[in-house]
Amino acid sequence: MKILVTAKRVVDPDSKIQIADTQTSIELDDVDFRVNYFCENAIEAALELQDEHDAEVVVCSIGNEDAIQTIRTGLAMGGDRGILVEAEDEVLDGDLVARTLAKLYEQEKPDIFLLGKQAIDGDSNQVGQLLAEYLSLPQACFASNIDIIEDGAVARVEREVDGGIETIDVDLPCIITADLRLNEPRYASLPGIMKAKRKKIEEFELDDLELDTTLKVVTRSMELPAGRQAGVMVSDVDELVNKLKSEAKVL
Amino acid sequence: MSNGRIRSRYYTKEHEAFRSSLRRFVAKEITPNIPTWEEAGRFPRELYAKAANIGLLALGFPEEYGGTSVDGFYQLILTEELSRCGSGGLVAGLMSHGIGAPPIASMATAELKAEVLPRILSGQSISALAISEPGGGSDVAQLRTTAKRDGDSYVVNGEKTFITSGMRADYITTAVRTGGEGMGGVSLLLIPGDSSGLSRTELKKMGWWCSDTATLHFDDCRVPSRYLLGPENAGFMGIMQNFNNERLFIAVMAWAFAQLCFEEALTWAKDRKTFGKPLIRHQVLRHKLVDMRTALEGTRASLEDLTWRVDQGEWPVAEVCMMKNRATQCMELCAKEAVQILGGLGYMQGSISERVYRETKVLAIGGGAEEIMKELAARQLGWLT
Repeated sequence: MKILVTAKRVVDPDSKIQIADTQTSIELDDVDFRVNYFCENAIEAALELQDEHDAEVVVCSIGNEDAIQTIRTGLAMGGDRGILVEAEDEVLDGDLVARTLAKLYEQEKPDIFLLGKQAIDGDSNQVGQLLAEYLSLPQACFASNIDIIEDGAVARVEREVDGGIETIDVDLPCIITADLRLNEPRYASLPGIMKAKRKKIEEFELDDLELDTTLKVVTRSMELPAGRQAGVMVSDVDELVNKLKSEAKVL
Repeated sequence: MSNGRIRSRYYTKEHEAFRSSLRRFVAKEITPNIPTWEEAGRFPRELYAKAANIGLLALGFPEEYGGTSVDGFYQLILTEELSRCGSGGLVAGLMSHGIGAPPIASMATAELKAEVLPRILSGQSISALAISEPGGGSDVAQLRTTAKRDGDSYVVNGEKTFITSGMRADYITTAVRTGGEGMGGVSLLLIPGDSSGLSRTELKKMGWWCSDTATLHFDDCRVPSRYLLGPENAGFMGIMQNFNNERLFIAVMAWAFAQLCFEEALTWAKDRKTFGKPLIRHQVLRHKLVDMRTALEGTRASLEDLTWRVDQGEWPVAEVCMMKNRATQCMELCAKEAVQILGGLGYMQGSISERVYRETKVLAIGGGAEEIMKELAARQLGWLT
């Protein structure tokens, strides 16, 4: 079995975010980066399947050369090898990312392509679905549990839907996107980090993949949420209720 | 910062990857629990195995016994990042094998290493070091706990005190007198925690609450002779070499906790307003912060330099002694000033600086008191010959 899994490099949400002068991107100089949380769940799921089904786990990322570190984190967790497609964020949109990953699918022919359900920076939540469409493969998105059944022919996936769990079966090969409750991702261990140093990472330029790189979505502007207004002290409950009725108009 | 950028010429990408993984481990698995564990006077035993899983306990030990052989900067990063939890007791307790196990790795028979080290490095067994006695601490050559050979075992009598992890340790690396007076009669004996004739009394402390500290009583305690580390009466050098490791470890801890105090004080000084402006706009307070930062920068630079020298195979005893003093003095300054800048908050439980303030003395005393460090440095520099 072979599993291809994504490791997107995103800004650590604990960093202080500032908008760049262009107003269309985030200032990246003084922020920390990490592997997208949902990708970490996807990697963990891949590594659990690696143990159970002797699968090869290939960790891929699209990004600038620093995304190598993100792939290495996946390899330090236990991935077997990596693929980087070098491209700056500015030249990508969700659709192009999906078409790029489709090219990697064609090269690697994995049994399962695992992704995070969305990236915590763009929050688009579309790449897994688009990828399934482009490849004409079955998709199981927002997975909270994955079992491979029928001798590796079928993935039984539990999905968190409003108010409950839906269980679906999809034939392999398939696309699965990971939700937070799928698992508890392991930490990269020191021996894992040392081993990852020697694992192979293949690198491509976006141009090598012969894609139409015209963007379908262009970011026009970004703005931070308005600062919080100072609060008002009220002297008693009556005044509070009064204000909620007359000023806030929420009662 | 854990953004994958390299901090100085000493660090590689793998160092930064280790730092980043460890920082997340500490922030998630340790830091949120510290207030509870400090109050309880214990952290859960399972934490040893969790720490072992990400490679913390094996670091620096031989690979054939489950260790990971790496350069000294991994040890520095490990201690620095672990200290970010804000409790020295956690660091000292979780890493007590860092002083208990090196003599096993360097002096035990291959058979004993194979029996004991994998258990310690995987977090199954807890290791402690027992040198100090109620009758004397730093004066190792005068220790009075005896181990008398009787057939194929030793019979141990005496007391050890201030022993970190002493209540829970499964293997206690113990300095005992097997021969005559002075340093030439001292041996290191590994004493299993379940030995008959060993009893333990818990000690309450100013700080380091979540680590267990004990007085150990040996009353005709029988230990198989195969647990002797190295030849009989040759323990003194092992003890002294081990002190070097411990002192460097303490120096990193002291610097890391000083850094935490500084960070807490700086954040507070920017947020807290008095007389219509943030504290940092008051010159007298921002100058305190500059003094703290000055001490921190100097300590960091010399710690990295010394770590590099040790990696090159040097064993600069005098410099290690002075490093320990420099770092603990840096911590005393930063803890004192941070509590002052935090004001009332700094005196309340819940701030990091309050806890660190209570932990300054243990680092200036443990592993060789400040005065002993100065004396040893003077002697090692050859001033008395």
